[in-house]
Amino acid sequence: MAIAREAEPVSSLREIREAGLDREDLFGIYRNMLLTRGVEERGHILYRQGKIPGSFYTGRGNEASVGVATAMGADDVGCPLHRDMGVHVTRGVEPWRIFAQYMGREDGPTRGRDGNVHMADSQLGLLAMVSHLPAMLPVAVGCALAFRIREERRVALGWFGEGASARGDAHEGMNFAGVRRLPVVFICDNNQWAYSTPTHLEYACETLADRAAAYGFEGVVVDGTDVLAVYREAKRAIEKAREGGGPTLIESMTLRMEGHAVHDDAFYVPKELFEEWAKRDPIERFRTWLRENAEMTDEEEDDVSAGVKRTLTQALERAEASPLPDPSTITDRVFARAEDLDTPHHK
Amino acid sequence: MPELTYLQAISDGLRGEMRRDKRVFVIGEDVGVYGGAFKVTLGFQEEFGPWRVLDAPLAETAIVGGCTGAAIMGLRPVAEMQFADFISCGWDHLVTVAAKQFYRAGTPVPIVVRLPSGGGFSGGPFHSQNPESSFAHIAGLKIVCPATPEDAKGLLISAIEDPNPVLYFEHKHLYRRIKSEVPEERYTTPFGKARVHREGEDITVVTWGAMVYTADEAAQQLEQDDVSVEILDLRTIIPWDRQAVLESAKKTSKVMVLHEDTRTGGFGAEIAATISEEAFEHLDAPIKRIAAPDTPVPFSPPLEKAFIPQVEDVAAGLRELAEY
Repeated sequence: MAIAREAEPVSSLREIREAGLDREDLFGIYRNMLLTRGVEERGHILYRQGKIPGSFYTGRGNEASVGVATAMGADDVGCPLHRDMGVHVTRGVEPWRIFAQYMGREDGPTRGRDGNVHMADSQLGLLAMVSHLPAMLPVAVGCALAFRIREERRVALGWFGEGASARGDAHEGMNFAGVRRLPVVFICDNNQWAYSTPTHLEYACETLADRAAAYGFEGVVVDGTDVLAVYREAKRAIEKAREGGGPTLIESMTLRMEGHAVHDDAFYVPKELFEEWAKRDPIERFRTWLRENAEMTDEEEDDVSAGVKRTLTQALERAEASPLPDPSTITDRVFARAEDLDTPHHK
Repeated sequence: MPELTYLQAISDGLRGEMRRDKRVFVIGEDVGVYGGAFKVTLGFQEEFGPWRVLDAPLAETAIVGGCTGAAIMGLRPVAEMQFADFISCGWDHLVTVAAKQFYRAGTPVPIVVRLPSGGGFSGGPFHSQNPESSFAHIAGLKIVCPATPEDAKGLLISAIEDPNPVLYFEHKHLYRRIKSEVPEERYTTPFGKARVHREGEDITVVTWGAMVYTADEAAQQLEQDDVSVEILDLRTIIPWDRQAVLESAKKTSKVMVLHEDTRTGGFGAEIAATISEEAFEHLDAPIKRIAAPDTPVPFSPPLEKAFIPQVEDVAAGLRELAEY
C-alpha cells in the first residue's frame, strides 16, 4: 500500500483562487504551456532541417511543469531538466535564446558551449543541468543549504526522473536535505520510461514518493497531466519549505509521449499506452478546464494561440540571425575571474 | 613571527577567513564536534556555530554537490574530505558539475575542497593516495599542493578567494612534522608561482608537497660530492609555473621531476614533455622521472617504503644525472 498522499484534482475556479491564482494567471499558464510545446515542435522541425547539431530532446506530455514554475517565488531557484522546458519558458527565458541554444549560436544561454536543454539563465534563478542524472539534486540541496545558512526565505527546487531515482545522488541529496530540514522541493517527473527501460526494472516500491517517508519528509503523488493539481501541490510544498517545514518529494505521473530523443521511435512502448495517455494530453485537458470552469471564449483562446505563434516566428528569425561562436575563443572562460563573480547571487 | 606546524597554519588561515568573511563555511565528515579527523577544525564549531561548521552525513556526493549549489548561491564553501582518497566518491560533482559550470553556463563555482593526502604511515591503499594528477587533466579545476607552513596558510587564503573550484592537497605527513615561522597577518600566496626551495647550479629538481623535503635531503648528500642541486617547489599544479621551470632547466641543463603520485600519466610527465618541447636544446641529459611505481599504495611498511620515493632513490637519480 502506498504511503505517499495522492493529490486531488482542482475542480473549480474558486478552489484555484484559494491556491493563489486568478483568471488572468490561468491564461498565463495556458500560454506558457502552448509556448513550451511550440518551442519543442519548432525545434523538432529545425532538427529535421539539419539546423540543430547533436541530438534533440522534448518533454511532450510534461507541459504541466509550467505549474511548478508558476508556484515558485521570484527569488527561488531551480534546476530543471530536459523534460522541463515549461520551467524555462515560465521563468522568462526568451524563446529566441532557446532556439539559439539548440542551434549552437553565440546568443544561446551557453553561447554554444553546451547544447540542447543543457542551459539555464542564472539571472532568472535557474541552474544549468548536466547529463549525469540526477546530479543536480545535491546541487539544489546545496542552494537550499545556502538559504538556510543565511536565513533567507527562499526555496530551491530539484528535478529528476524516475530513471535517475536509482542513482546514489538522489539518495545522498534527499537524505542530507531531510537531516537538515532544508528548504528544498524535489520534483520527480515520472514519465514511466528511462530511455527504453520501464519502471518495473527501475524500482521495486509502489511509488517513488513513498521513499520520502524514509528520509523523514512528506511524499505526494500528483497527476502530471493536470497542471492545476501540479501547481497546487508545488505551491504547498514550496510554501511549507519557506516556513521551515523542510523538504517535500512530489512525484508527477506522466507518460513520455515521444522517444528518449528524436532519433528514438519508442517502439518498445506499447501502442495502447500512448493511446490511453494521448487522451490525457495536459494542454488539451487544461483548455477544456478553462472552457468549462473559467468560461474561456473562442476569442480568448484564439488570442493566446495567435500570440504564441507570433512569438515563435519572431524568435526563430532572431535566433537564425545569431552568429555561431568564433573558434578562436575556444580557450576563453575556462576559469572564472574575480569580476565574473558579479552575478545576482554573489552580490 | 610565531612558529606554526603545517597543520596549525592551515587552521590559522581557515579560521582567519571565517572571521573575516561570513560567506565562508566548513562542511565535512566529523569536522564539527570532533574537529576533523586530523583536528584542523578543532574549536571551530564553538566559535562559528553549527551552521558554519557542518557535520555532514557520510556522503561525499552530497558534500561536494552541496558545496557547488551553495557556491553558486554566493557562499564560499570549504569542504573537507576526511582523506583525499574519498574524493573518488565526489568525482562526478567536481569533474562533471563544478569544473564545467562556468565554461558552459557562465556561473562561477568558488569552492575549496581540502584533501588530506599522501602516505608514510601505513595508511594502505585507501588512506595514502596523491591523486592530484588525475584532476590536473580536468579543465576548470585548480590544484594546490603546499609544502611549507607559510604557503599552507597563504595558498589556502588564495584558494578561498579564487572564483573557481580549487583542490587543496594537504600532505598528512607534513601536518605535525614541519614547523616554521608564519606571518600572523592575512596574506595570499599567488597561484602559478613556483618557490625556489634551494638554489643550485648543476641539476634542477621540480617537485611539490612532501617530496620537497625528500629532495632537500638528497640535495644535501650531493652537496658533499660538490654537486649543486636547485629545488623548485611548484606550489600549484594547475596553474603551474612553466616559466620558472624552463628558466631553471636552461640554467642547470639537467632536470629531475619528482612526485609521490604514480609514474604513468603523473604530472611529472607533463612537465618533462613541456621541457623537451621548449628547452630541448639546453638539455645535457635526458629528463629523469622519479615517482611511485604503478601500483596501489601498499600497506606493509617495507612495501610502502618501496612505493614512496625515498631520499636514497632521489640521491641515486641525481648522481646519475650528475655523471651523465
